[in-house]
Amino acid sequence: MTETRAMTQPAKLAGRRPAALRSTERRSSTAPRRSILLTIVMGLLALYALLPLFWLVVNSTKTQQALLSSFGLWFSGDFALWDNIVQTLTYDDGAFVRWFGNTVLYVVLGAGGATLLATLAGYGLAKFDFPGRRAVFAVVLGAVAVPGTALAVPTFLMFSQMGLTNTPWAIILPSLISPFGLYLIWVYAIDAVPTELLEAARIDGAGEFRTFFTISAKLLAPGFVTVLLFTIVATWNNYFLPLIMLSDSTWYPLTVGLNAWNAQAFTAGGEAIFNLVITGSLLTIIPIIVAFLVLQRYWQSGLAAGSVKQ
Amino acid sequence: MTAHRSTRRWVGLATAAALTATLAACAPGAQQGSGDATGATAEEIAAALQEESSITVWGWAPQLEPIVEAFEEKYPQIDVKLENVGTGNDHYTKLQNAIKAGTGAPDVAQVEYYALPQFALSDAFVDLTDFGAGELEDDYTASTWGSVAIGGGIYALPQDSGPMAMFYRADVFERHGIEVPTTWDEYIAAAEKIHAADPNAYITNDIGDAGFTTSMIWQAGGQPYRVDGENVTIDFADEGSTKWADTWNRLVQNDLVAPVPSWSDEWFQALGDGSIATLVIGAWMPANLESGAPDGAGEWRVAPMPSYDGSPAAAENGGGGDAVLQQSENKLVAYGFLEFLNGPEGAAIHAANGGFPSTLADLESDEFLGYESEYFGGQQINEVLVQAAKDVVPGWQYLPFQTYANSIFGDTVGQAYASKGDLNEGLAAWQEASTDYGNEQGFTVEND
Repeated sequence: MTETRAMTQPAKLAGRRPAALRSTERRSSTAPRRSILLTIVMGLLALYALLPLFWLVVNSTKTQQALLSSFGLWFSGDFALWDNIVQTLTYDDGAFVRWFGNTVLYVVLGAGGATLLATLAGYGLAKFDFPGRRAVFAVVLGAVAVPGTALAVPTFLMFSQMGLTNTPWAIILPSLISPFGLYLIWVYAIDAVPTELLEAARIDGAGEFRTFFTISAKLLAPGFVTVLLFTIVATWNNYFLPLIMLSDSTWYPLTVGLNAWNAQAFTAGGEAIFNLVITGSLLTIIPIIVAFLVLQRYWQSGLAAGSVKQ
Repeated sequence: MTAHRSTRRWVGLATAAALTATLAACAPGAQQGSGDATGATAEEIAAALQEESSITVWGWAPQLEPIVEAFEEKYPQIDVKLENVGTGNDHYTKLQNAIKAGTGAPDVAQVEYYALPQFALSDAFVDLTDFGAGELEDDYTASTWGSVAIGGGIYALPQDSGPMAMFYRADVFERHGIEVPTTWDEYIAAAEKIHAADPNAYITNDIGDAGFTTSMIWQAGGQPYRVDGENVTIDFADEGSTKWADTWNRLVQNDLVAPVPSWSDEWFQALGDGSIATLVIGAWMPANLESGAPDGAGEWRVAPMPSYDGSPAAAENGGGGDAVLQQSENKLVAYGFLEFLNGPEGAAIHAANGGFPSTLADLESDEFLGYESEYFGGQQINEVLVQAAKDVVPGWQYLPFQTYANSIFGDTVGQAYASKGDLNEGLAAWQEASTDYGNEQGFTVEND
């Protein structure tokens, strides 16, 4: 066992180094000449992706009135960002904070659980030979092809029979299933976890669970983080499922709650609070951006390279 | 209580899928559902309101909250759980899903007039005649009562109404020397004048909206939908429909309407700065103008909507009531709540919070008629709006699958708008798609 522990050591250290830095260093030495056309295309794509974010930041600094009477892509009127944030957090007895907490709950249990299950299952399918593996493969591929939205209504009817609608379980349980994540881990595990390494561990007398948690889990970390990112984003942005499942606004996630605020203006006598919807949207995407920045450095492949002496 | 939500077509797309899946539940079959007499006398209802119990209410109208508070104060034994499950389509999808599931529906639900037949005919709502609602007819305007009385039953009590009127920017009209139009011809002339003087200014906005189109055909005297139980006729080639389409073609094809979706921030912005000069819309609009377009304060006025021959004619646009669900296990209290919500006490709170009532007593009160709106430069706007309620053309019916039909409006009539083609052709396509759907759902749909 001392041997295996030593083997994982370099991997751990490598994981701590900023991956982006390393890869650019490596790429720049072998990179081909810059193409002007590609640079322009990439620039346009970057603009396309960043412009809505810029709009969001600019407009969250405006009051409801300035929002409707000024040019959308530049600052105007009083700088009301702090006011907007305070109002967003306190409006409707702090509903936003409640929805934020709900969303975090759904993400921690839903995305965390989905990633864990996908990792266990994907690893098992990749590294153990058992009858019916091909059937499982077909089912998983089929499940990847069916969009979640199409399953929302049947799931609702089923949950309704079980009395689970209008409870947090109605969001968490379906979020636990991530066929795409499973598939990703499966494919990743085939190469990332060398079978020789597992055999070595077995010869050393490690049980399968010990092997998984002490060796394989570390080798799978980049894949795990990738799937975690995917499921976090999917659960954080989940709209249609909670829209259908929940009728009690105390369990709404941010997506459904903000939409309810937005729709408030569309009704007779309704109060338009677009400034709070925009500020709320800004606050909503910040955790996702943070999660991405924090996790992306683990997001690299080839971690297992060099961990086996061949 | 919303009139229309064209801005939310993207939601419509998603919900259309859900509706297709769930509307099967709404096929006729077990209709005229008062078979098991669930009725009760006024005494029994009054007694139930004194016992401890609770009901759940689904609705998005902002006036519901203060009304529920007042109700709970009057009947402290009753706990009312008010839940906003979505505005318009989202709400109906959830309602339909809960009905289909057979559990999870509220005791009381808000429902717009256009969506009511769908739920009434599928036996999802209680026929309120059993509770004595028939006696309330004289309390409400003829057009709103006509909207809740369906196939011999009464499936909701009216809450608000939306008789259409023309809201206009007095400053824009004055700047361009335009008289307030009383006919659609004059309206089109005004549209040309405004747009010619300022290419960024338009008489109104319209990118195609099912609620608006049906209301406009209603005003033109068209009756494209005729419903008799399971037998439905859809005919968009009738005189009224054609009259509207021919008139509106002149606006759409000549780029005289702003391509701005209603309820968008762009829309509110244009209402504030006057680049949209009129709105022909339901009488509930003033509160939304005040809240959504504060920059327009003092500039807006209201006049009767133009007509084809200059004599007054109006239609209902938006508005709705509240219904008791068959799933409810506390129907007596639910109906008791409905009588409070839609009766004099609820109506007063509703009107005080920016709603436009459907109760005659409120509409005809001196206080209501004499109200001078500061936002409208001191105009007594309710004089005009109440008159509009009286001028509503009688005889209009909605389809028993109107929420679905509205969800495909964009794919049919919306295409004619987008290509600046003939709206008559768009209506024909809408008719065909609606007919097919109705037949699939088990109705017998014919075209004249």
